[in-house]
Formats: sequence, C-alpha cells, structure tokens
Amino acid sequence: MKPSPFDYHAPASAAEALELLGRYGADARLLAGGQSLVPLLNFRLSAPTVIVDLNRAADLAYIKEDGGRVRLGAMTRQRAIEFSPLVRGRLPLLAEATRWVGHLPTRTRGTVGGSLAHSDPAAEYPAVAAALDAELVIRGFAGERVVRAVEFFVGLMTTALQPDEMLVEVRMAAQAPGSGWAFEEFSRRHGDFAIVGIAATVAVEGDRCRSARLAACGAGPTAMRLRAAEEILEQGGAHDRHIDDAAARAAEIVDPSADLHASAEYRRHLTRVLTRRALKRAVERARNRENAHG
Amino acid sequence: MAERRIVRITVNGQAREGWAEPRRLLVDFLRDDLGLTGTHVGCEHGICGACTILFDGEAARSCLMLAVQADGAELMTVEGLARDGKLHPLQEAFWEHHGLQCGFCTPGMLMAAYDFLRVNPDPSEEEIREALSAVLCRCTGYQGIVRAVKAAAERMRSAG
Repeated sequence: MKPSPFDYHAPASAAEALELLGRYGADARLLAGGQSLVPLLNFRLSAPTVIVDLNRAADLAYIKEDGGRVRLGAMTRQRAIEFSPLVRGRLPLLAEATRWVGHLPTRTRGTVGGSLAHSDPAAEYPAVAAALDAELVIRGFAGERVVRAVEFFVGLMTTALQPDEMLVEVRMAAQAPGSGWAFEEFSRRHGDFAIVGIAATVAVEGDRCRSARLAACGAGPTAMRLRAAEEILEQGGAHDRHIDDAAARAAEIVDPSADLHASAEYRRHLTRVLTRRALKRAVERARNRENAHG
Repeated sequence: MAERRIVRITVNGQAREGWAEPRRLLVDFLRDDLGLTGTHVGCEHGICGACTILFDGEAARSCLMLAVQADGAELMTVEGLARDGKLHPLQEAFWEHHGLQCGFCTPGMLMAAYDFLRVNPDPSEEEIREALSAVLCRCTGYQGIVRAVKAAAERMRSAG
C-alpha cells in the first residue's frame, strides 16, 4: 500500500523541528530514519496529517566524547555507530549490538534516537541503553530534561516523550577499560527483531565482580534491566555457578508474552540460555583485558 | 492533497527531476516518474530488500524513503552497474554462478552486495550469508547467490 496524504516539513535544525511540533501538536509525527515509521505509513497503520522530517537537521547527528561519556545525537545513523572508532573503543557493547540491528542497508538510514523513541520491545538499542544506564536528553518548549533509560521506557511502545517533545541526545558512560561485555540474541533470521536479546557488561577483580549490568529485550513490554540477576554476581562473584544462578534469576524476573514468533515459556528459556552465554563471554573478555592491563 | 514539490536528484550520474507529492515513495518515483524500472517493489515494509539502491553511496531501502527526502541526493540503481555495455563483475558472477532464476530479488541482491563488498572486500562465506540476509530470495535458493558474491569479490580484488 501507499501512505495517506500528509503535509511535509523538513526543518534544518532541532529548534525548527520543535517549533513545528508546537504548531501541529499531536497531528504531527517526527520522521527519523524511517525504518519503522515508513512501514507503518505504507500500511496506513499510522496516518499523521503532518510529517516533520528530521533528516536535514544536521545538528542532531554527531558522536562526541565528553569527559567520561559519549554523547550521540538522536539522528546519528546506526551505520555511523557501527563504523565509529570512538564507539568501538568506548562503548564496545553498543558496537557489538549494532551488528544485530536490522541489516547494513537499513542501518544506513536507521538512527539511534529513532530506535529508542519507537521503543519496540524486541529492539536491541533500548536494551543497550538500559544496560549502560544511558541518559536520554529530551527537549521541549520548557527546555531540556534528562531521563534515565529505565524511566524512559514506560510501557509497550510507549516512552516518557510528550507530543510536543523530542529526543535530541543519548549519553552513555564509557565502559571501564577493564570491563567485559557481550550482546547475545536469538532471532529467526539474522537482522530480524530479536525473539530475545541480552546485553551484559561486567567489571571483575580476581574472583570478585565489582559490577554487573544486564538488560533484556524481547522478554517483556519494554527493554528491562535485570537488577536481581546482577546482584547475584555482585554479591557472589563471577564464578560459573553464580552465572548459572543469575541466568536462572533473569528468567524468573522477565515478563514475556506469547506471540506468533514464540511462546512466553520459550522466551523465558531463551532469557536463561542467552544470559548465561552473555555473562560467560563478558567475564572472559574482562579477564583477558584485566590480564592485558596486568 | 499535499502540494507537489520538485525533486532534483542525480541518478547513475545523470541529473534528473520530477514532481512528487510528499507521500510518494522513492521507489515509485524512480520507477513510475523517472522510468527506472530496474529497481523492484516488493514488500513495501523494508523486509524483502528488492528495492535496495545506493543513496549517497550507501545501500538503502527505497520503499522506506520518500522521494522528497532524496532531493539533492546522488543515487545509483541497478541500471548504473553496467558500464559501456559491459556488465559489472557482480552481474557477470550472478550470471555464471546461477545467482538468479526469476530475477525479482536480483536488483536488490546486486545493490546490497555492491555496498557490502565495498565495506568488506574480502568476506568469509559466513559474512556473505549475513550480508545477504538483507534481501529475500524465494526461488534460486541462495547457494548460487552466495557463490556469485564470493566469485565477484575475488574478481574485484584482483582487478584492484
């Protein structure tokens, strides 16, 4: 099918885009990379009367290092993230997860901000944002506010964004040099949305686990942090048996539903298996890096 | 109805223009307004990849873009692969290795492979398979396509 008619605006900056949002309110939809919204338009599942296209707002596309964190403009392409040496060095979990986001030709257009604002429960970036405790910068008329990822994902395809607000930046703390990471996912075909995906980072010191961060996608209405599973490692250490316990705990605390791709029970099973794999690989990487820095 | 706008693009090295309503998909603009029917329309939701073109040098789904978004851009479609009546090494390899049967997915396969081989000129078979997962084929069966991309990569590397 083809989209219903709409008026089209292509503002040259975030400020112009906000002004248009103010003028048209809930009639307008922001168009980022279009890899989720355009299919909805084509099938007329979404029929806004105004499209505000952010693709010419050059001030929304950047990757910058700022102190101990990395700031990504909302319109930064997934492909730019994939090939960014800065992301590979400072946010290797994000770099690894990006390989799972769609395909190279969809990453050409798809953006980090679009993925987070769309908040598909099976999308990879929300899980990475939850695991890395990202800060999301939201701009509206009243100014800017900063929301933590876990507070941004409110419910199924629902975020903390108001109709006259836009996501302008994502901030993630650089992963500590001695930490390990892994993104594990199961999907029917490489590049499809995850049935379940797990993002993990760990910092180890000998047998101790100084910190563990775990988040899941595809296992609930939104991406979710798996704090109770993280605590098992932080209290017990990074041994295999604690990894097994953490994986079992993760499978208990997720909140999957059944759909045509997988039953809820199967998603729980995947959560356990993938959490174990992700933690093992992350711990192994952390040990290798610890020895290398020795 | 929203007002039509002029869209000026460079496609396969030629300056072209046409009028488009904002809702006009880029793939329909290419096919129906510019007569470039080599690019195919498949699923219209970004899954099948038949409509893959190069947008400012990088592969993208032309069914997930509006024609108005392409104003000022440089595009390449499957029609731009052959030069001076000579097939591109990818096209030759698809021909020699049975990389197509009905041909519906072929424009997308070629353009996705073209972009992929520039990013990764010496891919493993596993990497080729991962890259080709971006485009669906429902008849040839992929084996010939994978062989074709591998053969084209070798030929393009030796040609420098």
